[in-house]
Amino acid sequence: MSFAFQATGLVKRFGRTTALAGVDLAAEPGTVLGVLGPNGAGKTTAVRILATLLRPDAGTAVVGGYDVVKHPAAVRRISGLTGQFASVDEDLTGTENLVLIGQLLDLRRGEAKSRAAGLLADFDLTEAADRPVKTYSGGMRRRLDLAASLVGRPAIVYLDEPTTGLDPAKREDVWNMVRAQVREGTTVLLTTQYLEEADALADKISVIDHGKVIAHGTPAQLKHIVGGQTISVRPADPAHLDAVSVILAGTTKGQVESRGRGVLSVPVDDAKVLGTVIRQLEQAGIDVIELSLHLPSLDEVFFTLTRGTEKKQEVAA
Amino acid sequence: MTTITTETPIIAVVPGRPFGLVRHSLVMARRSLIKTMRTPEQLLDVTLQPIIFIVLFVYLLGGAIAGSRHDYLQFLLPALLVQNVLFASAPTGVSLNTDIKTGVFDRFRSLPIGRSAPLIGGVLGDMIRFVVAIVVMLGFGYALGFRFGTNPLAVVAACLLVMFLAFSFSWMFVLLGMLVREPGAVQGLGFVIMFPLTFGTNVLVPTNTLPGWLQAWVKVNPVADAMQAARGLMVGGPVLDAVVKTLLWSVGILAVFAPLAVRAYRRKT
Ligand SMILES: Nc1ncnc2c1ncn2[C@@H]1O[C@H](COP(=O)(O)OP(=O)(O)OP(=O)(O)O)[C@@H](O)[C@H]1O
Ligand SMILES: [Mg+2]
Repeated sequence: MSFAFQATGLVKRFGRTTALAGVDLAAEPGTVLGVLGPNGAGKTTAVRILATLLRPDAGTAVVGGYDVVKHPAAVRRISGLTGQFASVDEDLTGTENLVLIGQLLDLRRGEAKSRAAGLLADFDLTEAADRPVKTYSGGMRRRLDLAASLVGRPAIVYLDEPTTGLDPAKREDVWNMVRAQVREGTTVLLTTQYLEEADALADKISVIDHGKVIAHGTPAQLKHIVGGQTISVRPADPAHLDAVSVILAGTTKGQVESRGRGVLSVPVDDAKVLGTVIRQLEQAGIDVIELSLHLPSLDEVFFTLTRGTEKKQEVAA
Repeated sequence: MTTITTETPIIAVVPGRPFGLVRHSLVMARRSLIKTMRTPEQLLDVTLQPIIFIVLFVYLLGGAIAGSRHDYLQFLLPALLVQNVLFASAPTGVSLNTDIKTGVFDRFRSLPIGRSAPLIGGVLGDMIRFVVAIVVMLGFGYALGFRFGTNPLAVVAACLLVMFLAFSFSWMFVLLGMLVREPGAVQGLGFVIMFPLTFGTNVLVPTNTLPGWLQAWVKVNPVADAMQAARGLMVGGPVLDAVVKTLLWSVGILAVFAPLAVRAYRRKT
């Protein structure tokens, strides 16, 4: 299988800090790789290596078939970067920023202008197009930054925490932009702190912590790492909680837990027990207002995984 | 770009149009021009400052040194022009230093453009400052009674010569801008370099009135040659020797500092 980009065993040290301690990342063409990790995990460092802004101390990274150290010019031509921090020029207008980048990407002035206008429209910035960026709100800057990375229609796009600081509606817009890019065949590497975002966009997720990939898989596979599914029940009358607890304990082997007020949940190995639970609740005449069978959220996955490495670290120390 | 053989390319790279470095540098120069136009207060040092210099020196020293203000203005203005145009080359280093701190240069580094394009563009764009300084000083000098003693061609040659030297000096400050961490420090060091170079000359008084050690410094100081050349080309007098020396110095400074600056910029990534 050929990957749109593939990093193998990346190591990067800053003085005594080891930012990356052997990271592997890869994505197939036309897919989204989500990179999750807590602050300082090494996400930005990995992205900067793939974008040719940093050289790895060890390991290799190949983007579109080109080695980032040996052929940085080729890599730069086929990839676009939206860094974690805005990299647009404050004194220039939105249009001027995008036209500048277009011209640096060898578009003719006319082409650069129409490309800029199109992108500004896509990112809902047409009205602000001719205002200097210093008058933009944080979210507007972020969107302009995203637009800037797409000027050259790159085959591979790196987005380092692209929706940090955006309101929910604008976040949804960015997600749709990413989906539209991917439909056209673009490969995306997306780092994020929002598990919801990785869940919504990523085909595969790599979880990084302390400069190492601690888990990799589809969102569904990662959820299975934490455990199977969970049944949650919320009786209409809180007085029935004890009775519900008895039923859940009787039908499943798991430990019944009270998560939040008036909700009981229990892990299950086999989704079929849901039917049994429903029948027994009916027989007991207990009305429920909420009854669900679900996989653990990515938040739970994330905490389970990163807590695990902290424990390991403590043992090692 | 070299041909790629080691890996198997899976995404085709469309080669850029020819003359990339020239085009990209000009695009970057245009960016710098737009920024200057949008913040005209950045031009104070090439408008108000030279005027203050002219007024101060002519009225403070003119009577005492030359006996006549008009004679002193004829002596002072070409040299003061050289000094102020050279002063105008230092802020390029400051602004590039600031630029690199913001994320903007990260964006440029992630684009398929020559590593030197942002630097060349910054230096070229800032040459507008030299032009402004020259226009302001010649205009103001004229109003005070300065008159050219040569032909228009010689005057234009003087202006181009000064701008070429200042262009070379810019690269010294670009290098400084790459090596020093704070924009303020770049500015401070700029003054430290510029003062002995531009005042350690016969800008204010004839060389023969200076103490021996200072005369020795004036003899080797390239800025003194440039001042001599500017005087000759604008007012009259021997020029050939001074012009040749200034040109050689300019080429030499450029040849040393431009590559060093580009290398320092590369290292910063
Ligand atoms: N230029 C640098 N100099 C020194 N240390 C650095 C530098 N860049 C990153 N680091 C260190 O490397 C580690 C990884 O940083 P990195 O920015 O890659 O993390 P991150 O996962 O992007 O974090 P965040 O979620 O906060 O953005 C951190 O410990 C950081 O302090
Ligand atoms: Mg980061």
